[in-house]
Amino acid sequence: MTLKLGVPSKGRLMQKTFDWFANRGVTLRKSGHDREYAGAVDGIDGVELVLLSAGEIPRELEAGRIQLGVTGSDLIREKLSNWDQRVVEVERMGFGGADLIIAVPDAWVDVETLDDLDAVAAAFRANHGFRLRIATKYHRLVRDFLRDNGVADYQLVDSQGATEGTIRNETAEAVADITSTGETLRANGLKILDDGMIHASQATLFRGRRATWTQDQRDTFKALVSKLNA
Amino acid sequence: MSGDQSRAIWDRARAFQSVIAEQGAMVTDADYLQPADILLDLYGEDIRARAFTTQDPLRGEQMLRPDFTVPVVQAHMAHGAEPARYTYMGKVFRKQEEDENRPTEYVQVGYEVFDGSDPAAADAEVFATIAGLLANVNVAPVTGDIGILRAAVQGLDTSERRRAALMRHLWRPRRFKSLLDRFSGVLPVPVSRSAMLAQGDPLANVGDVLGLRSRSEIAARIDALREDATTPPLSGMERELLDTLLAVRETAPNALTALRDISVDLGSISGAVDGLAARLDALSARGIDIDTLPFETAYGRTSMEYYDGFVFGFEAPAHLNLPPVATGGRYDALTTVLGGGTGVPAVGGVIRPAAVVAMEETQ
Repeated sequence: MTLKLGVPSKGRLMQKTFDWFANRGVTLRKSGHDREYAGAVDGIDGVELVLLSAGEIPRELEAGRIQLGVTGSDLIREKLSNWDQRVVEVERMGFGGADLIIAVPDAWVDVETLDDLDAVAAAFRANHGFRLRIATKYHRLVRDFLRDNGVADYQLVDSQGATEGTIRNETAEAVADITSTGETLRANGLKILDDGMIHASQATLFRGRRATWTQDQRDTFKALVSKLNA
Repeated sequence: MSGDQSRAIWDRARAFQSVIAEQGAMVTDADYLQPADILLDLYGEDIRARAFTTQDPLRGEQMLRPDFTVPVVQAHMAHGAEPARYTYMGKVFRKQEEDENRPTEYVQVGYEVFDGSDPAAADAEVFATIAGLLANVNVAPVTGDIGILRAAVQGLDTSERRRAALMRHLWRPRRFKSLLDRFSGVLPVPVSRSAMLAQGDPLANVGDVLGLRSRSEIAARIDALREDATTPPLSGMERELLDTLLAVRETAPNALTALRDISVDLGSISGAVDGLAARLDALSARGIDIDTLPFETAYGRTSMEYYDGFVFGFEAPAHLNLPPVATGGRYDALTTVLGGGTGVPAVGGVIRPAAVVAMEETQ
């Protein structure tokens, strides 16, 4: 049995993953046509490249349909409950860095901390008759973070893209979103809470649970790890 | 679950329910699917981590009932007459995001009493009924009273705003403590806030205000923060009394003595402590051995519930990692919320027959 390695199928994340492995003597490439999601691996035997959307990699790892996968550490935490019991971090790859943060309008001069956000949420609910809305696509991570920090009287509204725009459109009062430089947030008149850092994400090589692995797969994994660490 | 196990659990549930019904409770039921908006409004976003949500094209978002209390209270507030006693039996559904060994659906048998004539007697009635059903299994009872902490907070010598903030976070002990730390001056005011308040008009240089929260709402909060900045810190004595109060964990008679001692300096809790004394008498009259009954002031604070007075649980000592075999308490404020402003005194409890059957098998 080959060891299946899932890698994001497009964009910068794919290219940087290919570069990262190439620097360690393992060549990954798309095989055949540029639009096909088939891949080839040189430099090590027994590894099969599977190109997938980064968002699908957590679930495929959990299901055991791939044994290794490269994806953002944020996606693993968002998509898998008890993620640390289901997958193991093999290597943090040092690129694809992005922070999941909470941001509010610049004009909220009275809000710098989660403490403030909580107090504002209580007043907002009393004034408007509904809970302060936070737009995000990271429901689990944001909810756990706010619960652990004792923030109440908010609600999450789903936003799968252009999250910064939700406040201007009055479909949310605050956002919880991924940012690498904060530039898009600033351009949209938003500021990050001082203690609003939910997770610092980066591209990470994960492996699934080894219980169902064959001896071949174990041997290949060992060979791969020693190559990556060489 | 095997057919045999399932049958044993339902048999036990029916047996429990018939005991409660023979005491005069009316058998009632609730729909499996409950409108999500009411539950979200009550519990907040946390309910999404606990309840299964589904979508109906006409009725909107629905949740598989995570408990019976809310629909039973709603039905009672809509067309029930006092006094009333209800019992129900059926499955409730809970997502288990943390522990996959916990069941996502299980049978509950419940007893709810809407009777304001003698709250202490109603508390004792619910507790003693459930204790009676559990007489043959090895469970440890524990009791508490959220009303004592509420009275203590309401009596604090500080601003109304600070008291309201503490009341709002009564059920979030960590947040509660950090608020107390801030109000006592233990935690410093954030630098950013002092800097903001030092400006004459912090909104002077602010252009358009983005979103639904308006400039006047921001200005109102700045005024509130200015007022708070001039509020004197909570006295060391009050803080100490509150900490002592929350640390009371004794047999009921000793707890009562300790709380009486505290009430000498914290007069606001006297009424709630009298209530505890009356409840202990009522429990005793129902044959409960109060001399060994444990009481913890902080009990029931971490569960995301609506209890605001008497609280109790029955735990299986060998299975402390499992949810209690039975739980209950008083929820007067919930009836006000669900009754659109008018409330009735209410107390109730639930029992999990599956836990009882499992304990009997291992005994």
